[in-house]
Order: sequence, then C-alpha cells, then structure tokens
Amino acid sequence: MTAQTPVIGGPHVHAPASVPRTMAMVLLASLPAAGFGVYLFGWPALNLLLVTITAAMLSETLGLWMAGKPVRASLFDGSAVLTAWLLALTLPPWAPWWIGALGGAFAIIIGKQVFGGIGQNLFNPAMLARVALLISFPLEMTTWAQPHPLLAAGSPDFLTGLAITFGHAPHIDGMSSATVLGHVKTAFTQGHTLSESLRGHFAPATSLLGRTNGSMGETSAVLVLLGGVLLLQQRIITWHIPLAMFAAIAALSGLFHWIDPERYGDALFHLSSGGAMLGAFFIATDPVTSPSSVRGQWIFGAGCGALTWIIRTWGGYPEGVAFAVVLMNALTPLIDHYVRPRIYGRTRAGAPIEPTAQQRETSP
Amino acid sequence: MIRLRRLRFRGGVHPEGNKQSTSNREIEPLPLPARLYLPVQQHIGAPAEPIVKAGDHVLKGQLLAHSEGAVSAPVHASTSGTVVAVEPFTASHASGLPVRTIILEPDGREIWEERAYGGDPLTMPPEEIAVRVGAAGIVGMGGAAFPAAVKLNLGSRQAVHTLVINGGECEPYLTCDDRLMQERPREIIDGVRIMLRALGADTARIAIEDNKPYAVAAMTAAAAAYPNVHVTAVPSLYPMGSEKQMIQALTGQEVPAGKLSADIGMVVHNVATAHAVHRALRREQPLISRIVTVGGGAVATPRNLEVPLGTLVSDLLDACGLKETPARLLAGGPMMGMVLPHARVPVVKGTNGIIALTREEVSARAERPCIRCGRCVNACPCGLLPLEMAARARHGDINGAADYGLTDCISCGSCSYVCPANIPLVQYFNFAKGALATQREEKRRADETRRLAAERTARLEAVKAARAQQAAERKRAAAAKAKESA
Repeated sequence: MTAQTPVIGGPHVHAPASVPRTMAMVLLASLPAAGFGVYLFGWPALNLLLVTITAAMLSETLGLWMAGKPVRASLFDGSAVLTAWLLALTLPPWAPWWIGALGGAFAIIIGKQVFGGIGQNLFNPAMLARVALLISFPLEMTTWAQPHPLLAAGSPDFLTGLAITFGHAPHIDGMSSATVLGHVKTAFTQGHTLSESLRGHFAPATSLLGRTNGSMGETSAVLVLLGGVLLLQQRIITWHIPLAMFAAIAALSGLFHWIDPERYGDALFHLSSGGAMLGAFFIATDPVTSPSSVRGQWIFGAGCGALTWIIRTWGGYPEGVAFAVVLMNALTPLIDHYVRPRIYGRTRAGAPIEPTAQQRETSP
Repeated sequence: MIRLRRLRFRGGVHPEGNKQSTSNREIEPLPLPARLYLPVQQHIGAPAEPIVKAGDHVLKGQLLAHSEGAVSAPVHASTSGTVVAVEPFTASHASGLPVRTIILEPDGREIWEERAYGGDPLTMPPEEIAVRVGAAGIVGMGGAAFPAAVKLNLGSRQAVHTLVINGGECEPYLTCDDRLMQERPREIIDGVRIMLRALGADTARIAIEDNKPYAVAAMTAAAAAYPNVHVTAVPSLYPMGSEKQMIQALTGQEVPAGKLSADIGMVVHNVATAHAVHRALRREQPLISRIVTVGGGAVATPRNLEVPLGTLVSDLLDACGLKETPARLLAGGPMMGMVLPHARVPVVKGTNGIIALTREEVSARAERPCIRCGRCVNACPCGLLPLEMAARARHGDINGAADYGLTDCISCGSCSYVCPANIPLVQYFNFAKGALATQREEKRRADETRRLAAERTARLEAVKAARAQQAAERKRAAAAKAKESA
C-alpha cells in the first residue's frame, strides 16, 4: 500500500532556500548596479564582465575536474559566476581583457579551489583576486575611464569597445582620470587641503547616483543600496555586517572630520565613495568568509569599516575595501573560535547556569 | 502586571503550518478494526510483562500487561474481545523491528471491565494520584511517551511550584491537541487541577500557540473559574513544544544544562496527558484510545480520529482515503516525526499523527557543501553552532562535536530545515550523540573494570599481608614456646 521508504531522519519538510537560489538572488540584487555600470562605461565594461565570467567558469571546471568532483552540479550552483561577477564590478571598467581573465582565474583557482572548493576558502575569492591584481598591475588597476554611456555620442562603439578591451586601443589616457578617492589622496600628498581638492571633483548627489568614474559596479551608491535592501528583505544576508561596517566608517570619519575638516573627509564622502557600499552589502557579507555568530559579525563588520577608513586615510592606496575585507577574512576563524552564541542553560563561559533559590521556590 | 518581555526563545523556524484542513473538523471516532495490535512497549522505559495468553477473553479496559520496574507503563485492552496471540509484531518505529505484541480480536460488544469508584482525586493523597495515573498506563502523549506517573512524583522529591501544560503543538499538520482543547477544555482543565494536586504545585501555566485562537478561547473560558490556572497564547514558532523552549518563552527562565525542569521547580505535561489523567481519575478509564491527526498531501480527507490503541495505521489511512501513494509515511509531525516502514504498524500511546507526504511535500534535494551561511546558527533554539558540530561529527570527531555543545542539542531539526545546502545536520548530531553515549559507556565500563581489578589486587595484597603476619606471629609464638620449654 505504501512504497517502502528508506530509513531517514527528519525533518521531512524543508524551507525553500537552496544554494543556487541564494547565489541567484545575490546576482539579481547586484544587477541594477552592474547594469548601470555597463550602461555608464559602455561596451568595454560588458566585454570585461564576460571575459571575467568565462575565465572563472573555465577555471572552476578545471578545478572540479582535477579534484575529481562532479563538474556539472557544482559548476552551475552559481558560485563561480557570482565570484567573477563581483570581481568584475570592482575592476576599472576599461581594463584590458587579461586583467579580467587573470582575475577570474586567480579568484577561482587560488582563491577557492586550492582551499577545497566552495565553502572551504579562507578569503573572499573576488577580493583576493582584486588585491593580487592591484599589487601586480597598479597602472591598469588605477586607470579609470570617465563615464561614456552606451550608445551616447562620443562613446566607443562595439568595435572600438572590442579594441579597448582586447588590446589595439587608441590610447585611453585622454578618456580617463582619477577617482575621487584617488584624486584626494594625490592632492593631499601635494599639500592641498580637502576643500581645495574636492572642489569640482566631489558632489554628494553625483557620488550617490553614480555618474562618476570608478569601478564598474561601485559608482552608484543608491543602486548598490537598492540591491542590499533586496538581499536583506530576502534574508540572504543579515543587517549586522553592513551596519557595523557603515557605523565604523561613519564614526571614524565623522570624528576625524570634526577634528580637522581640511584633512579628513566627512562620513557621507566616505560612505558614498569607492567600494564602501558594494563592499558592505555584497563582499563583506560573503557567508563563507565571515563569522557565523551575530556578535562575531558585529566585530567583523566593524573591523572591515575601520580598516577601510584607515587604509583610505593613512595607507598607500586610495581605496581600502578589498584589503580590509581580506584582512578581516583572515581573522574570521579566530573570531568564530572565540565568539560563539551563548548555549541554552549555560553561561557565556559554558558552565551550567546555577538555579537560584527563588527559581526553585516561587513560580514566575 | 504588564508583560514587557517577549514570549519567545532564541532562534526557531516558521515551517508552513498546514493545519487548516483538520483544525476546523470535529474529532470523529474510528470504528473498531478487525484486530488490535498492542505492543508491550509503547513508552520509554522497561517493556510491560503480558499476563494474558492466546485464547483468553478480556474486557474493555482490562489489564493485559503489567508494568515492570520504576520507569514503565502497563497496557490495557482497548476493547472487549479475545486474545488471539502474544507474538512479535512490527513496532511503530523506523527500524521496522518486531516487539512483543498482544493481538486482540474485538467481539464488538465493548463491554467494560467493572471498576470501583476510586474517590475524589482532589481530596486524595497526592501519591495516590500518581499511583493511579501509573496504573492507568498514562504516558506523555505529546510524542515522547515518558511514563506520566514518574513525572507526577517529582513533587515528592523536590519542590515543584509550577505545572506547565504544553498546548504548543508546533509541528506542522498536527491538530489533535488543538481539537482536544477546542472540544474538551473542561476535561483538560480538570486533569490539570488533579495534576497540580499530585505535584503539590501552586500554579498551572497552559501555553498555546497563537495560531490556535479557538483553542485559546475555549481553554481560557474553561480555566476562568480557577485563579491558579493561567492560559497564555505564545507565538507560533517551532520548536515551541520543546519543554526547555516552552519554559523559556513562558517564564524567561532557562533549565540549567544537564538538569531537569524540576530543578527550577517546573514540570511540563502535554494537554492530551492532562485529558488522559482526567479520564483515569474521574471515570476510572485507563489509557486505551487517543486522538490522532491523519494528514498530509497524500490523504484524501484529512481528519482527527479518536482511535483505539493498537489500531493499524492502514486502518486509519483506509478511513481517510489516499489520493496517491505517499512518498513518505510518518508517525508524528514532519519536523521530528519518524518514518514508518509501512502501514501495518499499530497506533501506540505516543502516536499523535499519521502524516502521508507527497513527493512535492518531501522536497528531497541533493546535499551540497556547506557555504557557512549561518542560517543554522540563527535557527538553533539552543544557541549552538550546528555547522561546526556537523563538520566535526561528519569526520567522526565526536569529542570535537561535544566541545561545541553536542549534548545541549535537542534534535529539533530547525538547522536541517533551513539549511540551503540540504545538509542533514540533525542526523549527524543524532549519530554523534549515539557514538558519544557508547564512548562514555565504554569508558565507564573500563573504569569500573580497572576499579574492580585494583580492588582485587588490594584484597589479595591484604590477604597476603595478613597471612605473612599470621605466619610471623606463629613463628614468634613457636619461638617463645621453644624458649619457654627450653
């Protein structure tokens, strides 16, 4: 009457969540920012995105095959695409093809597969690759194209786009300039005050909406925030890491701006610039490389924020999100070891709670 | 008093309730089946010992097997009829292994055994109540099936001030407690008052999930006359029905690790157990039937049935009809219920539901590697790190898993339920708990052996020493004698 069922434990029903669905939701949430990046920087940006994804997928296939794992199921879980996608969003949109190809391959092979594949990596693969690229190819990684909206007059057409990405480009120096963060850093080393260097270079509204030069998916704080809200609403991420990161950046920048407004940018400047938004919602929240307890996530997020601001302010590089995330990734196992939730019926130290006389004798 | 504290516990999950198909349908009696199969073990503890043999005619409510030892429960005849055999029969257990079972053929006359009136339970000595509850074969009817009398006796050993009555019914599909509370609230409240007396407790707190508004209303009305019986609507959050979590939600207190709720003066019983206590003490009826929810997507007409214990699951499914062959047949709810090997197993005292799930409902998906998303951490009502425990249990590192709090896990399955990688976390933990228990037992045995060996060595040494001393004394005495005689 009933089919013979295997001996199997509960639960026998399951929440709708799945790994591929999670990955797909993150992709979907970053689509507005990515779409805007492709629109703003035209064909070369799209080319770079596709090259990075292709390189990551090929590397993933190679890694899975060498590890003797089932290729098809793991390749299409969405994780490799997502890694490449997030990496591409942090690259200069007109970077040459080999930046994307190397980055995609590095992220998957060194960042993920050598650790044992999905879920095993210590560092966020995309950020590890970005850091490696930045250190190895500083020129290509800091050449920022000015906005050249797709199909707009004066923007590269499809063929020119191919030429820009794949090498025989007309020199793009004339079409590029420093990012706001880079400009401020350079100006500071030349002895200019902040108000001097920001004049004509930074307007909060531009920075929020994103019609400025920068990484492919980082320029529009509003669109990244929109994606972040979707991730929160879908419960793909929790709010602790982004909020802790924003709070740390805002607190430090606010404090130092108050001390010396001509030296230190204010909170809005820091929060809306560079990769702060993308980093907080899409990068630092990577589940694999962030702590699993809520208190651990507070520490991790605050650390990411503080390091980002410190590197931006006193470090050698204008932007610090990637370094900050990778550094905090290294601390994640330590945080996870020491910061655990309190177990029911036990103190934080792990000892059983002592019943009080009142508990024993009177009804609550 | 204004309650500022939220009535909840850490974590928890919100599985789809699926209760609407049965929560508005009255409890219906199931007609007597052709045969009843009464296992001698329907409870936690020692199996009962049969006192009838094939060919005996028995009356309804007559004792068939008496309890053995302190933690055990007797078995009674669910109806009048003839014992056709006492032999092994498939148990209501995932293993499908047989247990000793009394097989009864009803005569259809439902003749009760004559029983003397036992007196008013509310004036009876408290110990007497526990004895009678034990004699009625009552066990925890929420599913755990722990002999109820043992838990009613706790009051004599330590002060119990609060009786918590569990009307949570947090498992999806199940509505048997809901219907019982809606239809028989006065009987339940009476049972609660009898249990209060048995425990010597002063307050009863009845917790009902807020997805059962009719049950809350009915119980509140029935309890209105008794100022020490309080009904509280608690949030619908799985595993609210877990004893520790219910105490936390209701009182904000936690049962200390490794202790019982009685150590903080509380005892938890299920609403159906209270109902059974009422029947036993007021109507002199032992536990011979129970309400069972028959549900799940594969069932044509889901309903709550009042079922004589020992009825085959197949009889229940026949009564409700099947739309399709179930992909999985469960005793209990879909979160913690167990898979039945087939439908030819009897309903026992702890069977609160028979759930026949379709393939879509089971939604079995392939397991993937953990992506450390931490959903299990957020879902765990015990504050554990399921992902870390599973990573260790999986590699046989039982002590590593224990360091992460394995023994504090209540096996509720919230972690498995939310895991996007479909990792059967709770199965790892159940395996590891078994391995840990074996390990501890082996260690205990080895220690015991070592102790006995050491004692034996010491004893032999002592004997040797005593002998040596005796010999020396004899020698001395002989020498003295020789000296004397010389």
